[in-house]
This record gives sequence, C-alpha cells and structure tokens, in this order.
Amino acid sequence: MNGYPHLWLIPLLPFAGFLINGILGRRLPKWFVTTVALLAPLAAFGVVLSAASTVYFPFNVTKCGPCGPPNYGWTVVVLPYVENLATWINAAALHIDFSFVLDQLSLVMLLVVTGVGFLIHIYSVGYMHDDEGYARYFSYLNLFLFFMTVLVLAGNALVMFVGWEGVGLASYLLIGFWYQKKSAADAGKKAFIVNRIGDFGFLIGMFLLLANFGTLTFSEIATKLGQDPGWTGGVVTVIALCLLLGATGKSAQLPLYIWLPDAMEGPTPVSALIHAATMVTAGVYMVARTHVLFDHSPFALGVVAIVGAATALFAATIGLVQNDIKRVLAYSTISQLGYMFLACGVAAYSAGIFHLVTHAFFKALLFLAAGSVIHGMGGEQDLRKMGGLWKKLPITFAVTTVGVLAIAGFFPFAGFFSKDAILYAAFLQGPNGKILWFVGVVTALLTSFYMFRLWYLTFLGKSRSPEIHPHESPWSMRGPLVILALLSICGGWIGIERFNGFLAPAVGAKAAEAGNPHLELVLSGVAVGVALLGWLVAHLLYREKSTLPANMAAALPGGYKLLANKYYVDEIYGAMVVKPLFALSKILLGWVVDVGVLGGIAWLLGGIAMLSGAVLQRWQSGNLRSYAAWLAAGAAALLLFLLVPWPTVLASFFGIHFGMAGH
Amino acid sequence: MHLILFIVFAGFCLAGAINLLLQSHPISSALSLIVVMTSLAVLYLLLGAEFLAAAQVIVYAGAIMVLFTFVVMLLNAGREERTLGSRAARAVGFPAVVAILAVLATVILHVQGLGVATLGEGLTNVRGSTNIEELSTVLFTRLLLPFEVTSVLILVAILGAVALARHGDGDPDAKPDPNTKLERTAAK
Amino acid sequence: MNSLFSQEVPLSWYLLLSAALFSLGVVGFLIKRNLITVFMSIELMLNGVNLSFVTFAHQWHAVKGQIFVFFVMMVAAAEAAVGLAIIIAIFRARATLAVDRIDLMKL
Repeated sequence: MNGYPHLWLIPLLPFAGFLINGILGRRLPKWFVTTVALLAPLAAFGVVLSAASTVYFPFNVTKCGPCGPPNYGWTVVVLPYVENLATWINAAALHIDFSFVLDQLSLVMLLVVTGVGFLIHIYSVGYMHDDEGYARYFSYLNLFLFFMTVLVLAGNALVMFVGWEGVGLASYLLIGFWYQKKSAADAGKKAFIVNRIGDFGFLIGMFLLLANFGTLTFSEIATKLGQDPGWTGGVVTVIALCLLLGATGKSAQLPLYIWLPDAMEGPTPVSALIHAATMVTAGVYMVARTHVLFDHSPFALGVVAIVGAATALFAATIGLVQNDIKRVLAYSTISQLGYMFLACGVAAYSAGIFHLVTHAFFKALLFLAAGSVIHGMGGEQDLRKMGGLWKKLPITFAVTTVGVLAIAGFFPFAGFFSKDAILYAAFLQGPNGKILWFVGVVTALLTSFYMFRLWYLTFLGKSRSPEIHPHESPWSMRGPLVILALLSICGGWIGIERFNGFLAPAVGAKAAEAGNPHLELVLSGVAVGVALLGWLVAHLLYREKSTLPANMAAALPGGYKLLANKYYVDEIYGAMVVKPLFALSKILLGWVVDVGVLGGIAWLLGGIAMLSGAVLQRWQSGNLRSYAAWLAAGAAALLLFLLVPWPTVLASFFGIHFGMAGH
Repeated sequence: MHLILFIVFAGFCLAGAINLLLQSHPISSALSLIVVMTSLAVLYLLLGAEFLAAAQVIVYAGAIMVLFTFVVMLLNAGREERTLGSRAARAVGFPAVVAILAVLATVILHVQGLGVATLGEGLTNVRGSTNIEELSTVLFTRLLLPFEVTSVLILVAILGAVALARHGDGDPDAKPDPNTKLERTAAK
Repeated sequence: MNSLFSQEVPLSWYLLLSAALFSLGVVGFLIKRNLITVFMSIELMLNGVNLSFVTFAHQWHAVKGQIFVFFVMMVAAAEAAVGLAIIIAIFRARATLAVDRIDLMKL
C-alpha cells in the first residue's frame, strides 16, 4: 500500500463477489463459491483496517523504484479523508461527485459492517449448507455488503441514497429468499414498499437541501450552516423531519416499523446481519451524519427523541407476549433502535453510535444463537415447544446467556455502558429529558423481562417436545457465536468518554454537561436494578409457577389480545391505506388505463389495420385494366407536379383574390 | 408543300389511331396501326430522318406488325364483346389521360424556343454528309458497345420467345381447357 | 396558294401530334378488351414518343435523338417478340384473350 486508504476497494470487493457468485455460482463447486463469498468481506475488512492504519499508524514504505532505495516515511492522512472517484452530475449549478469520505464515524461503521458481516458470512456457510440457492444467497449477501459500504462511505446525500436504496433492494431479495413460500415473498414486498415510503421523505429532504444549500455534500452543508447563524428553525426543521421520515422507514421506527417483524421470514443469518446489525442502523447513521441539520432545529431533535422513546416502549410491550423466538428478537431490535434514536434526539450522537456498535454485537449474537437453536430443533421456532436445551446445546446456551445479560444491561457487559450513556444523556436534558429517561427505564425493565422469558422458555426447564432430538451446530456456526460473545462481553469497555472523544470530530462534541459522577452512578444503579427486577419477574413466571402466565393472560384477555396482535397496527394500515389503494388502482389503473386507454389503443390499431386492409384488398384485383388506369393516373400526377409552375399558379390564384379585395 | 404534306399524313396518323380504338376486330386494329406506322415514316422523312423512315417501314410496319398479324390469325381472336370490365379504367383512367394530354399540350404551346421544321435540313448543315453517315459514325464508334449489346438483346429475345411459345411436356395437340375451375376476384 | 405552299410547319405541331398519339395509345390500353389490341396500343405509344424524339433531333441538329429512336425501335422489336410469345402461352393455358379474365398470377 502506498500509504493512502483506497476507499474504492471497500465496496468493490463485495461487488466482485456478488458478480462472480451471482453469474457463475450455479456452475461452480461449492467450495469455490464459499471461498469467494468469504474472501469478499474479509478483504473489505482488511482494507478498512489498512485504511485505519494509514491514519493511526502511518508508517509506510513508498517504493521509489528506479530512483533509489525504498523510502521509509510517514504520510499523514488526516480525517476526514475525501476520495473523489468521478464526477457524476455536472449541470450548470449542480455538481455532484461519486465521493467517498472516511472519517471517525464512517470508520466505526465500516468496522462493524465488514467485521460483523464477515462473521455472519462464516456462520451462513454452516447454516445454508444444504440449501439449494447457496450461491444465490451469498451473492445477495455480498451485494448487500456492497451497498451498505457505499452508504456508509458516501460523501454526499445522493451517493448515500444509492446505497440506501440498494440495501433496501438487497433486503427485499434476502427476505424473500425462499420465494416459493408466499409469506416470504409477501414479507419481502412489504419491506421494500414500506422502505420506499420512507425514501420518499429522504428524497424530499434532498430536494429541499438542494434548493436551499445548492449542494448535497455533507461537509459543505455543515460549513454553510456554520457560517450563517440565521439558519435555525423553518426550512431546516422541514428538511430534518423529511430525513427523519426516511430514517424511520429504514430503521423501523414508528410509524414505519411494520416490515421488520415480517422480515423474519428470511434466513436467520439475514435477520442477524441486515435486521439487527447493519441495515436498520442506517437510519441512525444517517441522522448522525446530518447532525448539523438536527442541531440547528431543536424541534426536529425533539421529534426524534419522542419517536425513539415511543417506539422503544411500544415495541417492548409487543415483545412481551410473542411466541416465535425470532419475533421476540425482532421487536427487541425495534426497541433498541428506539434507544439509538432517543440518543440522537438528545444530541448525544456518539452515545447512539456507541449503542449501535454494542447492539450489533449482542443482537447479532442473539439472532445467530436463535438460528443455532432453530437449526438444532429441525426448524422449530415456537417458544412454547422448546425447553431443556441447556444440556443438549451447551455452547449455544452459554453464548445466549452472554447475549441476554448484555442486552439487559448488566455490568460489565457491553449493553450496560451504552445504554447507561443514553439514559444519562437523556436525564440531563431538562424536564422533558426526565420523562424520556423514565420511559427508557421502563423499557429496560420490559426488555430484561422478555429476554429472560425467552431464555427460560428456550433453554431451561424440561423439554416440551420430547420427540425432537436437538443437536449442536457445526463449528462454522459456533465459531462466530463465540467471537460475538467475547465482543459482547468486552465491547463496552472502551467507555463512553473515550468513544465521545474519538467521534467528536465527526459528530460534534456535546457541550460538557454539568453532570456529576455521583448522578451517573445513581442512574446506573437504577438501570441495573430494573434489569434485576425484570429477571426476577421472569424467573417467577417462567421458572417457579409456570401456570401464572396463562392465568394472567386469562385475567386480562383484552390486553393480552391487543399485545399479541401487535395492537392491530397491520390491520389498521391495511384498512386505511392498502384497501383504498387497491380499490383506486382497480378503478383507475385497471379499468381506465388498462382496459380503456391501452386496450383502446390496441383496438384502434387493430381496427385501422383491418379497415385499411379491407380497403386496399379491393385495390389488388388482378385486373389489368384497373392497374393500367392507376398507372396512368400516377403518370398524370407526376407530370402535373413537374411541369406546372406551382408557385406562379398558386400565387396568381390567390393573388387575384387579393387584388380584388384590395380594390 | 411541307405544310400540305404534314397535314395529310398527320391526318392519316390520327385517323389510323382513332380507328384502332374504334374497331372491334383485332385484325382491323392491326391494319390501322400499319397505316399509322407508314404515315409516321413519311413524317420522319419530312423531318430529315431518312434512315429512320426506312427503318420504321422495314422494322415496324414490315416485321413487328406482320408478327402481330400472324399471332392474331394463329390465335383466331374474334370480335370483342362490349362489357364493362373495369370501373377504375373509366373513372380514374380517362381523367388521367385528359390531364396528361392537357398538360403536354399546354407546355408545348407555351414553351419558347421551338422553331420550325425546314425541309431538306438534316442533322448538320454540312452538305455532303448524309443522314446515314451521321448515324453510323456515332453508332459504330462511340456507341459501339450499346449497339452490340442490342444485338445480343435481340438474340435473347428470340431465344425467350422460342422457349415461351413452345408446347410444354405432354400432349403436343392438347387443347386448352376453358372449363378449368379457378376462383374469380371481383373485377374492378 | 403560294403562301400555303411555302409555309413552314412549326415544330410544336409535330409535338402536339406526338402527344395526341401517346394519349390515344393510353386510351386504347384502358378500353380495349383483347390482349393483342392492348399490346398494339402500347406500340402506338412508343411511336408517339419516337416522333417527339425525331422532332427534337431536328430542332437542335443533334444526332442523339435519332440514335435514341434507333434503339427504341430495336427494343420494341424484341419486346414485341417476347410479348407475343407470352400471349401465346397465356392463350394456351386460359383459352381466352380477354384481359379481364386473366387476373390470377397462377397460370
């Protein structure tokens, strides 16, 4: 390497993997497909590391071939490092490049995306081993990595939008991977369409950005906003809210979260990678990237915080009563994403990103472990049929325990540090902040409860399906689990202050709060306390008296049904939005356009052809004399056209009239 | 002199042509056409094209029209019936002919620069060079190739005529069957 | 009488005669029912055109006009031979020389 980070390699390597496996994969032997598929994220991860090293360990060798011995030197690569690959749009005032930017924020995201991505690729080798669409699966995964890295590296909103849409596409392809199953195909469609609604907001935001700032490049927008103190409220709020709409679509917040639970139809590694660790965090990343806009609009920030907190609580309540292991984890993801948005909403962007990183570790771990359980149980996903697996699947049990402790926020696991940072930042935000803090604490209680419920129902107690003999997963699946478990344990030890300091150049340093370490300790204690409370309640309900949950559900049938049916949100949307759209389409597009316009055109063309055919048919009679007559007529016309001086004739014809009129 | 000759023989031309149209038997039409041809030969003489006048009589009147007469007699073509064969011929054809004639006549009468035909004047005003000398000079030097090609053309025409008109394989005395069933299209 | 005898003929009269012959040929082509008579009308058209060529050759003292007439005559001869052979072949197949009865490409 010549001392510069070659950012373009990071998306390119997965893209090459996508092409090779996508086009040739079916005809290649499995080991080749696997190698290509694993090399791509590994190589991308390597490039990210080398890029980081050019910044932080800039010792390098520049070989100066003919001019002498190699030159050991230090190149200084300063973040943010911008790589302009090519000009994309150059039209009058609008100038947009394909530009990649490496700064602290994108570096962190890239490490998560490529690192966790690589682990999940390894896991998939074992999980999808017997699947018929093996090569297709890996090509889609690599495609996703390509788009995700483009999104993260983007230097302007348009390139980010390319990645944004692309990960939506990859998500659709992967959710509907088993496309012969109708529920999977429907889930893929739902995800894509709901995403598109959010993208509409993103687009409007981009248009407004262009109209007001004339540029889509993040650094330029930040500069312009910083220069002119008059930019507060008004249009900035509108832009921020539009971008927020896009983020809610991608990151499954209220009101566009409905696709994420359905997305569990896809293979479990897909759920781990896309719907836990990376794609759904794109919304948080985008808010952090455009934080200058939000900083200048307190109203938008407030909306972000409220959306985040509300989603967190809402999703946690639904997760309490779900019976599918993956659904529980899906609602947990939505809830934790709500925490990240809450963090951004109180302008603690680095805390949100910190939680993003730790969440990636333990949520991916939990999903992969669930996959291991499902794999071991031969495809069974219902919690009510599991139990007693701690003996049969020991490693899975161990790593799941680590994950549950991490997500519940116990010290010293990763979740403790990040969740506490968020709650602390929220608490300091004034009276509204205290309400948000309270909501966050209640959500933490619920989180702890339903995660331990899952833990108890899955692993402990006696097996409720004695006919199934579960087996432990192969090492290709267990290896990444162990690594992720280790990361879940020590991922948070870097500490929020150091993380803040690291990210500060990218997301802006939060003004030093006049908080005291005492308050922080007290709040941490409260958080751990509620986590313990949740564990206790779960223990009570699912370990000691196992009939209690059923009795409670029977006691509050209405409430239980409401939660179990996810507050009927899907049904409400269906009636309010989907049904009218279908009806409108049927009338407008089905009848008016399809039958009327298009059918009418086809009918017209056919009619014209038939009519002219009928007319012309009589002309071709075979009769020599009529042919001769038409020949003569043609000759006469030609002679007339050539020999008569038409200009003079026509002029005199009309001229006479004019002449007379003039008189 | 020139004028009288012209009027007489132009009149023969027109009379022969109109007679060709009015006669119902093809042999009468053929004979009228021979009258037209020979009158045209005289007109060529008046215009100083002696060779062409001779060629007209020898080739056209003497060979082509004889051929026509032979064929008429061979095929025993009888009188024509008067039937309405083609509506288009009347509706479209006649106006077309009238238009052609009108346009040509108008142009001819209005064009400038047409002179008068002078008796005795040939292609060049050089005395001593006859019409046939003029023609053959060009024909055998500059236009030798087209001339030879024309003779090949006539050879090909002879071969073609022989091939087309011979009896096909089968009974050489086979009479054509007028009752062969064929679909008729609506005559226009 | 003298004036009548010594008057020259304007070339436009020759051209008018040529146009008349041509038009009469076209009319004959349109109204005649016998195939051979139709063919004869074609010959009439050709002759009309020949006359106009010779007229113009006289006008401009150019030999080209007469050369052209020469070639037209040759080609007309070849054409007449082949055309009449075709007519004979048609008569053999159809037993009719009526133009209106011969309206199929299939012989």
